[in-house]
Amino acid sequence: MAFRGMQSFRTMAEEKKLFKVKIDNITVEVEPGTTILNAARLIGGDVVPPAMCYYSKLQGSGGKCRTCLVKVSKGSDADPRPMPKLVASCRTTVMDGMEVGNITSPEVLDARKGVVEFLLLNHPLDCPVCDQAGECDLQDLSYEHGVSATRYEFKRRTFDKIDIGDHIKLHMTRCILCYRCVFTADQLTNKREHGILGRGDASEISTYIQNSLDNDFIGNVIDVCPVGALTDRTARFKNRVWFLKPVDAKCECTKCSGKAVLWLRGDEIFRVTARKDKYGEVEEFICDTCRFERKDPKDWTVEGPRKVSRHSVISQGHYVGVHKPDETIAKVMDGRAPKLLMDIHDISEVNMPAVDLSKIDGPAHSNDFPKSNGVQ
Amino acid sequence: MGRKLLLDKAHIEGIRYYDTYRNNGGYAAAEKALKSMSPELVIEEVKKSGLRGRGGAGFPTGLKWSFLAKPEGVPRYLVCNADESEPGTFKDRYLMEFLPHLLIEGLLISSFALGANCTYIYIRGEYAWIPDILEEAINDAKKNNWLGKNIQGTGYDLEIYVQRGAGAYICGEETALIESLEGKRGNPRIKPPFPAVKGLWQSPTVVNNVETLAAVVPIINIGGDEYAKYGTGKSTGTKLISACGNINKPGVYEIDMNISVEEFIYSDEFCGGIPNGKRLKACIPGGSSVPILPANLLLKTAKGEPRMMTYESLNDGGFATGSMMGSGGFIVLDEDQCVVRHTMSLARFYHHESCGQCSPCREGTGWMKKVLLNIENGKGKMTDIDLLWDIQRKIEGNTICPLGDAAAWPVAAAIRHFRDEFEWHVTHPEEAMIRNFGLAHYADPLPVVATAAAV
Repeated sequence: MAFRGMQSFRTMAEEKKLFKVKIDNITVEVEPGTTILNAARLIGGDVVPPAMCYYSKLQGSGGKCRTCLVKVSKGSDADPRPMPKLVASCRTTVMDGMEVGNITSPEVLDARKGVVEFLLLNHPLDCPVCDQAGECDLQDLSYEHGVSATRYEFKRRTFDKIDIGDHIKLHMTRCILCYRCVFTADQLTNKREHGILGRGDASEISTYIQNSLDNDFIGNVIDVCPVGALTDRTARFKNRVWFLKPVDAKCECTKCSGKAVLWLRGDEIFRVTARKDKYGEVEEFICDTCRFERKDPKDWTVEGPRKVSRHSVISQGHYVGVHKPDETIAKVMDGRAPKLLMDIHDISEVNMPAVDLSKIDGPAHSNDFPKSNGVQ
Repeated sequence: MGRKLLLDKAHIEGIRYYDTYRNNGGYAAAEKALKSMSPELVIEEVKKSGLRGRGGAGFPTGLKWSFLAKPEGVPRYLVCNADESEPGTFKDRYLMEFLPHLLIEGLLISSFALGANCTYIYIRGEYAWIPDILEEAINDAKKNNWLGKNIQGTGYDLEIYVQRGAGAYICGEETALIESLEGKRGNPRIKPPFPAVKGLWQSPTVVNNVETLAAVVPIINIGGDEYAKYGTGKSTGTKLISACGNINKPGVYEIDMNISVEEFIYSDEFCGGIPNGKRLKACIPGGSSVPILPANLLLKTAKGEPRMMTYESLNDGGFATGSMMGSGGFIVLDEDQCVVRHTMSLARFYHHESCGQCSPCREGTGWMKKVLLNIENGKGKMTDIDLLWDIQRKIEGNTICPLGDAAAWPVAAAIRHFRDEFEWHVTHPEEAMIRNFGLAHYADPLPVVATAAAV
């Protein structure tokens, strides 16, 4: 990377001048060479554009899925002209004085809606039987930006499922062609044997004449896959991810750092994955032995529970920090109390208002509601 | 009338071979450039000539050359884009087949100007017989010391290699071409960095069209100022137009860019009118990816002025009422042609040629094709027309490379100007199977928009 080297040399000479960028009217100072997406991640929250193909750990990734498109309404202080088209924020570097619109730009939201529609066009939407459901980036994206119905009236493109290697299942029909797994295999393992075949909407991830992928680190393609196209054959159809309890654990491993997440039910390890940050990116890649073979709790030292911080389906069952919405009826009715025609508790014994359902351990039971309405 | 600069010697028998080419004034420009001019001076001449890229975008060539980064110790490359795959465009094929030495001379001068010692001609795989012609010409040029080491004793070295493509339209996009030339899958790169900074093998690279590079020869021969006297305004010089469709004389024509579209279609010197006394319905003036225009907007601009065969005039009115010069693939449709079928055919082409890298183009082109096929087969709904409009709107501008735009523009223009015909296809499915919509009102004179009133 001679080019990057040159740039950093220049910035050192100018004593590290930071660039000021305004994203959705929030100003942040970043180092030159930072992309708009990473600048937005420094701000955090809603202004971070979604990214399906960009992966900060993989060189050359990004720019393909087009979900992170943003509007540059001012190029820089030196050249204030806006950029003529929406740009991929993951591959566009910031300029001093740049002004970017993400959620404040209706044009961006409209284009993003279009991109989500395109991504879902040939997607099978088989979430009910997909192992990725609950921790799927595409699921999250379509909940947030998609529409509830499709306008596509044709047959969807399908592929046969294939086993690539002993541990990995490729279900190409679900793939959104983000190229992450290709970059992972290329940059993390010695011998790349898989890539893209065909072109257009017939292009598919495949291996070199259906070679198996056997390599110490190839299992990481499962973690980088944003959808359910690459799944762990040792954990397929065993359990839904939201029923499993993720814990951080460590093991002595000669090949990798040994820092992983165990997905437990009781004492049984259903699967092992690498630790992911809040953008769903792997922190440290783990080896295939840890991932596929160490399924005995004795192999691992548990460090503590894993916090799933994203607003993903996976964390929907965890009632932490849930706020009850304000009562609005009184406001709507100009302060008058609503007239109660019949109180359900007059005839039913369950769902007493005095009992906080979220504090009950497990499903509610009639024992949880003491019979207090005089019946006792 | 028609002054020629590129094809002026095309009629001479045996001009394909070195001796004939040399005896008819060939390699004079190369001799002049290498022996009496500095590279900067050559670039200056090209800038003065106002030559614009002939591949489609029409970007000023001299300016493009001056953007080339020149770091020390890094080789620079010139790549000749001969991957001419646009439906309706076949001008480069003619040049390479009949005047290979003109291209080689142009490459020699341009490489000298850019300081490149290694130059590639990337030619589309379907032009299977042309690489042999080019390679024969390269060998002859080498024998006569116009290529190789120490050319004509000037100390300048140059090698030209011919590389065949493998049949992908997308490899005509400059970064995809570079990827393909490096032996990789022909996926367009994400810009920046632009090829002028990091192109072939991460080195500064200029990619130019065949016709652009050939046009450098007359520029050096007659001088940039003289060249700029051809044409009109910013459309200087001559342009090769490959005319096809419903015309009496399809073929490659070199035009001085000062004639009107009407003259080009109807004069005997060029297309020779429309056969069988049919009337003009529509025309794509610049290759399949530029917007289609109905007859009334093609011959006259929205302001009521006659439309000329220049970059500016064809673009007059923007995409609302204009089109583009593009790569010069002039496709004429007479009153018997069906615009819906034609649009479907183009959509099918772009669906087939999408590289599949970015989602709007990969999924959107196939969707448009399927919807258009439904309308064409009489299964369309009224809402499909609005759906098509929405799809093309969401593809355009949101893709990595211009193929998405190229797929969206023809559909957009067809709906914009020929909506009646689409609606007729939906409302008369059975009739649409038997007959065409015909000329309808597409040749009726338009009311002239009063533009000056606002001033």
